Amino acid sequence: MEPAVQVLPQESIPNGKALLKVEGLVKHFPILRGVIQRSVGAVRAVDGITFDVTAGETFGLVGESGCGKSTAGRTILQLYRPTAGHVWFDGADLTTLKGDDLRRMRRHMQMIFQDPYASLNPRMMISDIVGEPLLVHKTLPRQEIPGRVRELLHLVGLSPTLANRYPHEFSGGQRQRIGVARALALQPRLIICDEPISALDVSIQAQVINLLEDLQNRFNLTYIFIAHDLSMVRHISDRVAVMYLGILVELADRDEIYLNPLHPYSQALLSAVPVADPLVEEHRRRVILEGDVPSPINPPSGCRFRTRCPIAQERCAQEVPEWRELRPDHWVACHFAEGGGII
Amino acid sequence: MIRDLAASPRVLEVTDLATQFKTPDGIVHAVNGVSFHVDQGETLGMVGESGCGKSVTVLSLLRLIPSPPGEILRGQADFLGVDLLKMSPDEIRRVRGGQIAMVFQDPMTSFNPVLTMGRQLTEPLELHLGMTGKQAEERAAELLQMVGIPNAADRLKDYPHQFSGGMRQRVMIAMALSCSPQILIADEPTTALDVTIQAQIIELVKRLRDEIGMAIIWITHDLGIIAGLADRVVVMYGGYIIEHAPVKELYANPLHPYTIGLLGSLPRLDQQKERLTSIEGMPPILLEEPKYCPFAPRCVNVHERCRQENPPLLSVAPQHEVACWVDVRTGRLRV
Repeated sequence: MEPAVQVLPQESIPNGKALLKVEGLVKHFPILRGVIQRSVGAVRAVDGITFDVTAGETFGLVGESGCGKSTAGRTILQLYRPTAGHVWFDGADLTTLKGDDLRRMRRHMQMIFQDPYASLNPRMMISDIVGEPLLVHKTLPRQEIPGRVRELLHLVGLSPTLANRYPHEFSGGQRQRIGVARALALQPRLIICDEPISALDVSIQAQVINLLEDLQNRFNLTYIFIAHDLSMVRHISDRVAVMYLGILVELADRDEIYLNPLHPYSQALLSAVPVADPLVEEHRRRVILEGDVPSPINPPSGCRFRTRCPIAQERCAQEVPEWRELRPDHWVACHFAEGGGII
Repeated sequence: MIRDLAASPRVLEVTDLATQFKTPDGIVHAVNGVSFHVDQGETLGMVGESGCGKSVTVLSLLRLIPSPPGEILRGQADFLGVDLLKMSPDEIRRVRGGQIAMVFQDPMTSFNPVLTMGRQLTEPLELHLGMTGKQAEERAAELLQMVGIPNAADRLKDYPHQFSGGMRQRVMIAMALSCSPQILIADEPTTALDVTIQAQIIELVKRLRDEIGMAIIWITHDLGIIAGLADRVVVMYGGYIIEHAPVKELYANPLHPYTIGLLGSLPRLDQQKERLTSIEGMPPILLEEPKYCPFAPRCVNVHERCRQENPPLLSVAPQHEVACWVDVRTGRLRV
């Protein structure tokens, strides 16, 4: 039997309009040295990113480890306070909100974390983990919480009879379902999924992805899906942004970015992903990037990708490439994006 | 690249290998009688999810299973006419790192953090090949150069933490190849790496394979990597090999419901699937002694017989073996 889940409150922003606007978002972590903890530099984890997320869509954010995608997600939710920039959610600038005002907004934005082993308190029962947001935000009378928790567990495909168990009694995939149930408890509009499946086995990944898609359709959720698995991002996202060393290098509709990547980094990244088909692999051209990602403490001048870019020129070292809309809804930051890149 | 599989001499033939672990919770039936072979110059992909027994299989071959709690119950591993499982500790030590080399998943924990890279690279050369210190050092620099590390001679003085993850994995490969092994065993060597670095490493291994001509056993959970790298594939589940075929045949005509499910659950970069087909349920708990098909609890084609008897790995087409009572093409039991 389907549980009677409350319908979400009437949204102030209809689907297709921007629910979230990120504007010049910057997050630097200072590097402190010595007894007086003097700041000797900064890890420039996110260094000025701008994008909108439309209500009802899945916005994929991809990049390699250390590119700042997780920091971006956390800074959007104000789990880290940004160094500069603005985050507009449903018309309010989150970066200016504090205390109770911010907490009220947080109800509408939730997060699902990467590691299902570390993100659940091992000393709390599942019913308390899933019910905690309801208790904190006082959206339900206390006596109604257990019933709501059972509904939530049912929604994510777990038996409500498991409510009194502890996290260690569950497998990785089940724990991630618990994380999803907790994120859904307050009926948010936006969920930031930070690598929600990368710790799971392949056969379990598809279960969680299908669950996220079903819940999105049912509750009209908006996702920011942060991942390094480009195949999965293509599968789940409507639009995809590619991050490199703290900045966005390309943003476009899913199919557009996969079929016509314009930035050399996106092109190399996509060509490096193995496809599970020997016949396709036989004929694929692979662009092998040299070297490693530079340190975000001291990123290269001009274009940050130039140290690994096969088509870098003089100009790339001197001028920061402009973030421009080269085709309708297709944004790219490269001086030579018109030239066809490296493919 | 077409390789004549029949013409190459066999370097390793494993028969009925079984390994268990005695734990406080009971006996873990990690590997339950697997048989496979590798020929010279070919790459065998070993695919499966965590806990399916793929790592334990190769660790058993190299006798790297800690005992207790681990125990190799039975089996043979014929390596160029000698049984690896019957060798004395001294003999197997000479094979390990020499004729059979291994690359592990985690490039950070595979090195000794307090020894320089040079010291760690020269050790096997002196041990297995009897080189002098100076010879070994020159060879070590050559090896680093071969795997594409700039300023190789200077970097020998550096410690592991001074290398990035991708670089460490390159050094690991250089070390594994230093004694020109007959077989390179790679256990998820790129899982901890980013995809652009993974592409570098795979490209490197392919190049070295074609230059040196060693056999490779590549263990992974990533069916994408295997598609572009392996000649033949064995799929493992619950401590058994459940399917074995040449790589193109396996992807074109998967016959085990688990393999089919695994391929269906993968999103593809080059096409858009409406919905992923997921395999319901969870991987098996290896604490129970396997008496029937380990995949039966999750299988969509399950028949009565599947819950009674474990299907053997049988040849159902030329070079294609599968362990399943049911013919997935008809949905009926094989006779």
